[in-house]
Amino acid sequence: MATRLKEVDVVIVGLGWTGGILASELAQAGMTVVALERGAMRSTNPDFSIPLIRDELRFATRHGLMQNTARDTLTFRNRQSETALPMRQLGSFLPGEGVGGAGVHWNGVTWRWTTIDHAARTHYEQRYGKGFIPPDMAVQDWPMTYAELEPFYDRFERTAGVSGKVGNLRGQPQPGGNVFEAPRDRDYPLPPLQQNYAQELFDNVSREAGYHPFPRPSANASRAYTNPDGSRLGACVYCGHCERFGCEANAKGSPHITVIPLAMARSNFELRTHSWVTKVQLDSTKRRATGVVYTDVTTGEEYEQPASIVALCAYAINNVHLMLLSGIGTPYDATAQRGVIGRNYCYQPGGGGVTLFFEDKIFNPFMATGAFGTTIDDFHANADFDRKLMGGIGGATITVGQSNGRPIGYRPVPAGTPRWGAEWKKATAKWYLRAMNIGVTAGNMPNRYNAYDLDPTYKNVFGQPLLRLTYNFLENDKKVVAYGGQRAAELARRLNPTSMTGPGTLGDYSIVPYQSTHNTGGAVMGASPKDSAVNRYLQSWDVSNVFVVGASAFPHNSAYNPTGPVGALAYWTADAIKNRYRKKPGPLA
Amino acid sequence: MSATEQPDRRAFLKSLGTVGATGVAAIVSTDAAAEPQAAAPAAGAAAAAGPGTADTTRAYSYLSPPDAAFVEAAVDRLIPADDLTPGGTDCGVATFIDRQLGGAWGSGDRLYMQGPWQKGSPTQGYQSPLSPAQFFTAGVAATNAHCKTTYQKEFDRLTREQQVTVLQGLERGTISLGTLSSQQFFDLLLSLAMQGFFADPLYGGNRDKVAWKMIGFPGAIAIYSEHIKTYRNKKYDVEPTSIVDLS
Repeated sequence: MATRLKEVDVVIVGLGWTGGILASELAQAGMTVVALERGAMRSTNPDFSIPLIRDELRFATRHGLMQNTARDTLTFRNRQSETALPMRQLGSFLPGEGVGGAGVHWNGVTWRWTTIDHAARTHYEQRYGKGFIPPDMAVQDWPMTYAELEPFYDRFERTAGVSGKVGNLRGQPQPGGNVFEAPRDRDYPLPPLQQNYAQELFDNVSREAGYHPFPRPSANASRAYTNPDGSRLGACVYCGHCERFGCEANAKGSPHITVIPLAMARSNFELRTHSWVTKVQLDSTKRRATGVVYTDVTTGEEYEQPASIVALCAYAINNVHLMLLSGIGTPYDATAQRGVIGRNYCYQPGGGGVTLFFEDKIFNPFMATGAFGTTIDDFHANADFDRKLMGGIGGATITVGQSNGRPIGYRPVPAGTPRWGAEWKKATAKWYLRAMNIGVTAGNMPNRYNAYDLDPTYKNVFGQPLLRLTYNFLENDKKVVAYGGQRAAELARRLNPTSMTGPGTLGDYSIVPYQSTHNTGGAVMGASPKDSAVNRYLQSWDVSNVFVVGASAFPHNSAYNPTGPVGALAYWTADAIKNRYRKKPGPLA
Repeated sequence: MSATEQPDRRAFLKSLGTVGATGVAAIVSTDAAAEPQAAAPAAGAAAAAGPGTADTTRAYSYLSPPDAAFVEAAVDRLIPADDLTPGGTDCGVATFIDRQLGGAWGSGDRLYMQGPWQKGSPTQGYQSPLSPAQFFTAGVAATNAHCKTTYQKEFDRLTREQQVTVLQGLERGTISLGTLSSQQFFDLLLSLAMQGFFADPLYGGNRDKVAWKMIGFPGAIAIYSEHIKTYRNKKYDVEPTSIVDLS
């Protein structure tokens, strides 16, 4: 029997970026807030201190800061005709665990999404005709405009200390920035990071080719910075231990050094770690949540935390899982095309990148930051880029970055080199310093069969059904990746490398190799409960005192990393709770 | 001696079967490296990594003597001795594999272990009911069984050329290991060998940071803000530092 605790105004499930932003905003507004985090407490010192944080095996290879699949995972299949099997260990993506969540171990790439992303169906239908969108592609508009979200993007960039260069200042193109970006009201809070040699080569050659290179916006602070809340960030030291690690220099914009301490400073906020929420409790009408049930995983004791508002701020995947386990909204049925919870799962197809090898160049790949890079957006944010050339919807960004040169994971060798033995060793010794990569990131449009539901067979450690993911790359993805790969290869050839590998082609999606932790959708936002789980304030259409915050709300995936809009939407939702819902509880749309 | 039979380390290890672990460590390390008597393996990773300190390179806590003989022979073929580095075993890679298999990762501490089990498609990933350590041990046994059938000897007693042929057969999936996927076993063996070769020496491999020196990876200090421009298109030549060095 669960122990019933004292009711609070807000219970937050998961304390990463979104939970941290809501906790900070709502606690400062005077609401009583309890955050339940399934993992442990984490602090820069001592958890990310030198030398222990420089351990590639522990943190990068063995996933030291990530969710433990022994307790909870999902099942996966490429298509409905197959039996989904458990993802028995992490691979393709790496959800975080512990205070700060994935906001601790992310790279820091912080985009504002494009005006096209905000109105995807409208844009493609108007520009290319309704027939251009395949019938199974469930692309839909966001329920708020870019202009509405702009101040919240700005707020997040300032909180996280984003380094970058404005490219579109209130409609005026700014040389050196991304001239295709949506209009910004002001520049980034910090100047761009330094450019490395590979980025310089790419910058020059893409400019010669007529494209528009710019420094990729990065929450790796280019200099020491105090954010508007008074949180202090250090300057990035280019250590090459960013993604999958915590930052010992506090130079990576992370919730555990920004928003979470703000909440912790308030007596009306309480954090409970090792607290695993198994269910949102609904009343008999199923239209109102009364709180959540959680287990203290250090004792096995079960508790009931009553609350007026439940905010699901877990990783995108786990938000959807909790909704399905709790019976919030109607589960999506891909065959019947009924229901909404679980639809529009998207990911990010890779494979279009090329690696260049130069006899006469040294790149020092270990001098790296999570997010620094030089990008061209001519085939993605650029609305004038004719998608008919690509034969598909969406687009691809092309980037030279260098997030690490850590040798267990990063050992480029030319095509045809054996994977072991004397020849492999000679090639590894020769090329480690002499290779650079041009990466291609493609957007991903939703398809009616790419979706989540509950698995009929497999259970987690609490005996609850695992989430089941049915997902594959489709024709549109193959076209976008192929087009991006061809452009990357053209640019690579202009650099006259000694040899190059790639671009690859896209086959079936595999859950095994790491690709990105950019899992989106499943509890998507929209203008109507017919095709969305949450309204424009990320409020459940069905249970109006439940808010579901994070990339689970994205109706499709961009060719950009997700954290920019994740942060912006968290501030937007916090604002709606503080200034709208609190005054008049009930449906906000 | 490339075409000749490997020294009979296997028989030697077997002859020690009744000796306690510390005794084996002491005798084997003396035999192998002609260095002073080794301390007990419990002397720890720092001792193993530091030059001139106790040598625990061939002290195994998890691998049985025949399995250790297999691993040593395999990592010496995957990472052969040449003018760049010593062979895998002398770099501590077999020690690394032993510790990983015997530790939390080897027992599958983060692996979802609930059934039912099905083979699945390659895109669905690892679906064996075995822990990594169990899977590895089964792979060694099955490979040795294949070698016995084909060559009338276990893997570690084959010639180097035969060992390479067997490893290639596993890698390409042309050797059948019965119910076990030979390619999956090979991928596990190779990934462990590479982890051991390139990880911080803290874990017993990459002795004296040989692999980092080989490629030019400077290791754990990693403060480069002032070096991006200075070392533009220029080699950053420093003695690498490990976690062990900084501890």
